Amino acid sequence: MDNPSKDRDPQVPREISRSDFPVGRAAFFGMIAAGIGAIAVAPSLSGKVNRAAALAVPESVSDAVSGGGWRIYNVAPPMPTFSPATYALEIGGLVERPTTLTWPEVAATPGDEQVSDFHCVTGWSVYDVAWEGLRPKAIVTMVKPRPNARYVTFFSLEAPYVDQITLDQFLLDDVLLARTMDGRPLKRVHGSPLRVIIPQMYGYKGVKWLSGIRFDAEPGLGFWEQRGYDVNAWVGRSNGIDA
Amino acid sequence: MTSTPGWAGPTALMPEPGQNARIHRFSGAERTLHWLLAVTFFIMLGTGLALFVPRLADVMARPVAKEWHVNAALALAAGVVALFAAHWHRLRATMRDLDRFDRDDARWLFGWSRLWRRTPAPAQGRFNAGQKLNSALIGGLMMIMFITGGLLLLGERNTRYRFAGTVIVHNWVTWILIALVIGHLYMAMIHSPTRHAMRGIVVGDVDRDWARRHHEKWVDADTAERPATSTPESALPK
Repeated sequence: MDNPSKDRDPQVPREISRSDFPVGRAAFFGMIAAGIGAIAVAPSLSGKVNRAAALAVPESVSDAVSGGGWRIYNVAPPMPTFSPATYALEIGGLVERPTTLTWPEVAATPGDEQVSDFHCVTGWSVYDVAWEGLRPKAIVTMVKPRPNARYVTFFSLEAPYVDQITLDQFLLDDVLLARTMDGRPLKRVHGSPLRVIIPQMYGYKGVKWLSGIRFDAEPGLGFWEQRGYDVNAWVGRSNGIDA
Repeated sequence: MTSTPGWAGPTALMPEPGQNARIHRFSGAERTLHWLLAVTFFIMLGTGLALFVPRLADVMARPVAKEWHVNAALALAAGVVALFAAHWHRLRATMRDLDRFDRDDARWLFGWSRLWRRTPAPAQGRFNAGQKLNSALIGGLMMIMFITGGLLLLGERNTRYRFAGTVIVHNWVTWILIALVIGHLYMAMIHSPTRHAMRGIVVGDVDRDWARRHHEKWVDADTAERPATSTPESALPK
């Protein structure tokens, strides 16, 4: 083959040429600008992108990779391991009948089902999660809070995680002590055997690996609230996020 | 393609094919930058997946994974700054090589018909147009990761920096980077016409014949500019 550059003038430095364009820096800065812009539009695009990805990627693969969109947080590793033989749910504080339920007793308590969205304060959401578990009303009927009980504090097998909501919030229609998720017993990463689900609040209020419920007269700060997070973690109306 | 006996000047020194003459492709600064990025990238990828994928949540304690993730990012940032400070001229020249696209690069990028016509690709410089574009995109995407990662960290401390889209963009860019890196690894380790390039980023030089096939304009320019020094003395014919 002929050498195509034999008539090239070696005196011309190769960097300087009228036919050169700074495409690289345009792509670099354009990408950065697109990324910053994407922060603004990502929340509204995320659902569409996930649905498009769901069409392209088999569910088994996407579940294995992304776990259905869940991200797992724990504050005192390793995660607690549920043992049906030793598990106990202590319910006490300002109540007429303090109660400790074994796992067979929790499992035998009549429950309720719901499908709700789960929102994390860091920005991710999982939509249409099917939960089954105990309604707060069942707990309240069981232990009978005293009239001065105004707060409900949740304790976790993962000490020192703790959180608290008001009794009124506890009795919202869609609050659940979930024991199954999407039709299967709660997995360890999701807080087996029992976790609090409060769809109208961010996930940090939903204590996992639930080990105790205490009815209180005075407010107290939960694990993340001690670190500056809002006590009333309403989705879209708290923690600096405006819907 | 063969060497061109009879071409005047420097090419008289060109060895015959098979004589393994080498041409210097990557300086120490460039190689250090590349491997710093490679090592920190895979630390961030591994720890990031441990933070992200529920099935991997138990592999590594979350605070440990997070610490490694953040420290790898800081090490990369500090290393990039230090390398550019110490080797400004060399790396600025690299940036210029990557930044500038000429008409051959445009033909290289858009000349898809050569895939079925089997015509040769337009002659390329030290980096082909795809490599230039890839480096610009990887660089831009890494900056997005740095910005969104920084916002996630700041958002843990101050709600003013907390945006619903931050973590979503951080995730999207992760998948894009994984795709780009898989392509990069395929070209560097599996695809036989291109995998010789790995030698360049490991030891610095590549076979001149290979370079002439893939980066013809660069070899020509190198030959014209530095005829006596571009080829190691030991590789020159007697």
